[in-house]
Amino acid sequence: MTALVQGTRAGVTATPARRRRSADWRKRAEITLLSGPAILIFVAFVIFPVLMAAYYGFFSWKGYGAPTDFVGFKNYLTILRDPTFHDALQHNGFIVIASLVLQGPAAVLLALLLNQRMRGRSLVRVLIFVPYVVSEVIVGTGWSLMLQTNGAVNDLLTKIGLESWTTDWLSDPSIAIWSLMLIISWKYIGFAVILFLAGMQSIPEELSEAASIDGASYWQTQRRITLPLLGPTLRIWAFLSIIGSLQLFDLVYIIWGQYVAATAGTSTMATYMVTNGRNSGNFGYGNAVAVVLFLISLVIALTYQRYVLRRDTAGALTEGKK
Amino acid sequence: MAAITAAGRLPRTRTRGPVSRVNPMVYVVAWLFVGLCIAPVVYIILGGFRTNSEITSDPSGLPSTWKLTNFAEVLSSSGFWQQVGNSTVAGLGTTAGVVVLGLMVSFVLARYRFAGRGAMYALFAAGLMFPMTVAITPLYILIKDLGLMNSLAGIILPQIAFALPQAVIILVPFLAAIPKELEEAAAIDGASRLGFFVRMVLPLSVPGVVTVGILAFVASWNSYMLPLFILNDSSSFTLPLGVQAFASEYSVDTARVLAFTSLSMIPALIFFSLFERRIVGGLTGAVKG
Repeated sequence: MTALVQGTRAGVTATPARRRRSADWRKRAEITLLSGPAILIFVAFVIFPVLMAAYYGFFSWKGYGAPTDFVGFKNYLTILRDPTFHDALQHNGFIVIASLVLQGPAAVLLALLLNQRMRGRSLVRVLIFVPYVVSEVIVGTGWSLMLQTNGAVNDLLTKIGLESWTTDWLSDPSIAIWSLMLIISWKYIGFAVILFLAGMQSIPEELSEAASIDGASYWQTQRRITLPLLGPTLRIWAFLSIIGSLQLFDLVYIIWGQYVAATAGTSTMATYMVTNGRNSGNFGYGNAVAVVLFLISLVIALTYQRYVLRRDTAGALTEGKK
Repeated sequence: MAAITAAGRLPRTRTRGPVSRVNPMVYVVAWLFVGLCIAPVVYIILGGFRTNSEITSDPSGLPSTWKLTNFAEVLSSSGFWQQVGNSTVAGLGTTAGVVVLGLMVSFVLARYRFAGRGAMYALFAAGLMFPMTVAITPLYILIKDLGLMNSLAGIILPQIAFALPQAVIILVPFLAAIPKELEEAAAIDGASRLGFFVRMVLPLSVPGVVTVGILAFVASWNSYMLPLFILNDSSSFTLPLGVQAFASEYSVDTARVLAFTSLSMIPALIFFSLFERRIVGGLTGAVKG
């Protein structure tokens, strides 16, 4: 069928059979030529490194020459027994949950608020997206200056009479992870709001009009119409947020550095991986940590896709096989 | 066209001036939120206009006099401009690679029917789930083995690879939406499929390409983890590494650090405010699949 369609595009003079064969050949050449480079670079720099991590993870290896000191599952056992890794894993778990709980409801409320016809809405939309666009390094540098014990935040609290609230935001282990959550929420909530706002704007206005004609209050309309229809957007956002929280590295590494993160209680699996892998020259071990991080993310991603996203992505992921 | 007000006192009749009916509290809360979002950024920029003694004695105050010396010093340092240059080359290289390779493979996925097409799409879609963190250690070894350490090519190639899934997700629906009739008309006029790609698809896909390009550029401009692993020599630093190095080198000179930091975020902010709609549209489109 495709060959036939192809055939009509090839020259008009050739016989049908030869036309089909040359068109077929030509189509295959075009596909190879057009998709080859992208697949090559994608496999070389994304798929291959992930596979190599699994291989290197079985070796005790300093990163020079080919790995020869095969140690089996020793690296993995060390990881699973290391209390420092348990701490990091716990921090990641906390960040996953806290990001969903803190950002989700707040972002929905803010999106509802901004979904109204107010003056200057497009300016507001640009401004709340600024933290998302500013790089992690700038966010980290700026916030660590502001949160120093003699920084702007404590100074501001003192000025407005909340001196008792001033604290050591970054190094007190009971506070630091909340400071991290504050920074994460600040940086990423704008993204959630914009996403939800786009989702809300794709809901036909007739639905809420009809509801209001039936006497529904504003909050009833939002609860019964907007929120259920926003479901797919909410579920995708939660997915992105969970994966992002599991992979968190930049902000922690920039603000707390490789040594302080563990003692301040903000280390993550990724900072553990870099500190105990490349930075201490144990490349085999670092790769094993990467594999553990990968498997945890994969299991969570697949579980989430299987049970939560299935309905939403049914169209998107099967579209290719249409 | 009826607007629903926050208070829930919706008039049954159609409203003619919906803007004026919004509860004033909406504006208060909205702008309060905006304030929280931009206050830290404003703090960084204002700090660059202050002196260190001012920042030490009154960390949360405004500049008493607006001093330009911090900015002037940063702008006259060669390190800053070298990093701007490196970031620009890395950003443009990544963007060009993602756009060209992404368009080519998306065209195949959108307009050709062949065995393995679903698998190819799934390969790229799966890549979307795994950020660089997981692959960073072996990637570092691979780049080292390829002899690309401390070279911008060493960050451009992986960045292209990791940006391809997003490009495919955004561009495939875009290219698939070009009407079949257009392709048939082009064929009747004697254009091959490749000719159709060059003469019709490329011009029509400009909006999608702009979204993909800007996302790739901003991601490259801000990227931290990969340069941290690959670029160890300060002459090859991109801006994020430069900001960090500068912040630790001049840790006592807070004002200058803030000036450096403000200057380094300008390009991303300009890019973003120019193309805000495109970026948001692209992101939300990509997220929805």
